[in-house]
Amino acid sequence: MTKFEEKQPSVSVDKLMWMYEQMVKIRYYEDQMVEAYTEGKAPVFNIGEGPVPGEMHLATGQEPAAAGMMVHLTKDDTVTAPHRPHHHAIAKGVDLKKMTAEIFGKETGLGKGKGGHMHLFDPQAKFSCGGIVAAGIPHAVGAAMANKMKGKDWVAVAFIGEGAANAGAFHESLNLAALWNLPLIIVVEDNSYGISVPKTASTSVESNDLRASAYGVAGAYVKDNDPVAMYKAAEEAVNRARNGQGPTIIEIETFRFLGHFQGDPELYRDKQEVPGLRARDPIMKLRQQLLDAEHVNEPELEEIENRAKKEVDEAYQFARDSDYPKPEAALDDVFTS
Amino acid sequence: METAKKRMLTGNKAMAEAIAQEMENDKNVFVIGEDIGKYGGIFGSTQGLMEKFGPERVLDTPISETAFIGAAIGAAAEGMRPIAELMFVDFFGVCMDQIYNHMAKIPYMSGGNVRLPMVLMTAVGGGYSDAAQHSQTLYATFAHMPGMKVVAPSTPYDLKGMMTSAIRDDNPVVFMFHKSLQGLGWMDQLDYAVGHVPEESYTVPLDKANVMREGKDVTIVGIQMMTHFAMEAAERLAKDGIEAEVIDLRSLAPIDKDTIINSVKKTHRLVVVDEDYRSYGMTAEIAAIVSEEALYELESPIKRLAIPDVPIPYSHVLEDFVLPGPTQIAETVKQMMNEA
Repeated sequence: MTKFEEKQPSVSVDKLMWMYEQMVKIRYYEDQMVEAYTEGKAPVFNIGEGPVPGEMHLATGQEPAAAGMMVHLTKDDTVTAPHRPHHHAIAKGVDLKKMTAEIFGKETGLGKGKGGHMHLFDPQAKFSCGGIVAAGIPHAVGAAMANKMKGKDWVAVAFIGEGAANAGAFHESLNLAALWNLPLIIVVEDNSYGISVPKTASTSVESNDLRASAYGVAGAYVKDNDPVAMYKAAEEAVNRARNGQGPTIIEIETFRFLGHFQGDPELYRDKQEVPGLRARDPIMKLRQQLLDAEHVNEPELEEIENRAKKEVDEAYQFARDSDYPKPEAALDDVFTS
Repeated sequence: METAKKRMLTGNKAMAEAIAQEMENDKNVFVIGEDIGKYGGIFGSTQGLMEKFGPERVLDTPISETAFIGAAIGAAAEGMRPIAELMFVDFFGVCMDQIYNHMAKIPYMSGGNVRLPMVLMTAVGGGYSDAAQHSQTLYATFAHMPGMKVVAPSTPYDLKGMMTSAIRDDNPVVFMFHKSLQGLGWMDQLDYAVGHVPEESYTVPLDKANVMREGKDVTIVGIQMMTHFAMEAAERLAKDGIEAEVIDLRSLAPIDKDTIINSVKKTHRLVVVDEDYRSYGMTAEIAAIVSEEALYELESPIKRLAIPDVPIPYSHVLEDFVLPGPTQIAETVKQMMNEA
């Protein structure tokens, strides 16, 4: 057995490879979005200009939370995500072309251009996200309720940032889900900052898995942005939920390589911090682990990486080639007939 | 003889200066909200305050609006003068109980015995593709509920003067500042976001509209960005020989009826422009007031321009379609003049 296998005997290679591919895809997608977002905003940055206007919150560095959870989910399981949703959407299997078209404001987008980057809805993938902190948690509670009412073993996962764990909706939702024994999982991505406010200045406990006992639910903590550790914590939580044993809070220490939003001057952050985080890049680490354990060789990895990049490039091209909606379409879809 | 060069400030600096001057004057004034400390406020409304007054009086909070706005209410009841920031007005949903059921009603329910001298400041406005949950103004939502003053200044001069008045006012004041008028480096650089602001402390009343441009043919009442668009439209109309009187509403509650009615008595035509949803809003309220109190002064029906009753869409072409602009205002006036 290799050192790698000794340390993590229970994770199948297939699933590791799947996770690796998702993480690479997400990273490349976010890197491409940095470029696309910058277009049209020079020489003076103007948030309302360019093919991708408005706010942009990228998940570069936060890939393990998404990959390590979605590996256990099917199309029947529900995911809700916050204003930083791309990694969740991609790993959940959201239609990448329609998602990108939505971000570009095109009529072929998931929401016909009406929602934008913070409001991506893909019912086929049971994925939704929104711009109000913690608002997605009650939605996941509802999906979990519906699953239970239908007699299914489907679960619902709410992804939030560590800032959201201090919002009222977090506490109400946990109490309710615990009380009614719902198949809910909350994944807290601790990227250290709620915009500019560090966790130490916002949260009364060291990590939110410690809050689990206050609600009578299970808690788990994942250190160092480790996708394999996330895989294991998620596996336990998903099994617990599927077996009718109630909710789990998983907190994962993750890294926000970029600002809160694109254009964030990040004056609240030490200049050494991000290079330090980049040196602990989870994708680089996993790549090396896979090679070291000889699960895969260099050409195979490149094939995966090229496949992922091709899918992303095609999605961006689809978005650019698509048409904008007709202006009067703004009046449609308020109500359904 | 040299004329003194006028001192120009951006909207956000004007606000921060008002707050700083009041904090110097009165130890009971403090600021509380998200990213208002080190960051200086996402929209720059509290820049420089933490350096000057320290973390004891400039408090960064967790994402817990019910808790910290409720706390501001409790502190105000104890004689403090808090300025709480609700980062985006769109977030009011998570804490509206504290705002409209408590901040707005406790003074009344206590028969005037409990005073809540607090300011709830909040960023409003769209037009830069921030989509449905980050682009609203919600002027009417707040103006409709009794018990709170609601103001929405349009110029740096008014931002400072009205903030000073709001802080000194012993009533709860909802102070709505428009993001596009803050002078932010990452938004479109608008001329309106910079203006003359005297260095000394001064006040602007919280219950008076401002006639920004005099005219005899039509009254256009606007608010914040819509006022500036109305001014642009007025310039275009002047080329066609139509002289519009532009009123900057500035104060939603209490509303300055007199200025509007006096103007309508002069021009006999009224257009109201709002950046909120059309139905049950500012345009409806002003139309109702004028219908009740100056109906026979009108020579043609009142025209209302506002966001049609739809959530604000993301895509630029769709958002452009729903937001009123100078062209729409000018065309509406021309139609009105032709109908005569």
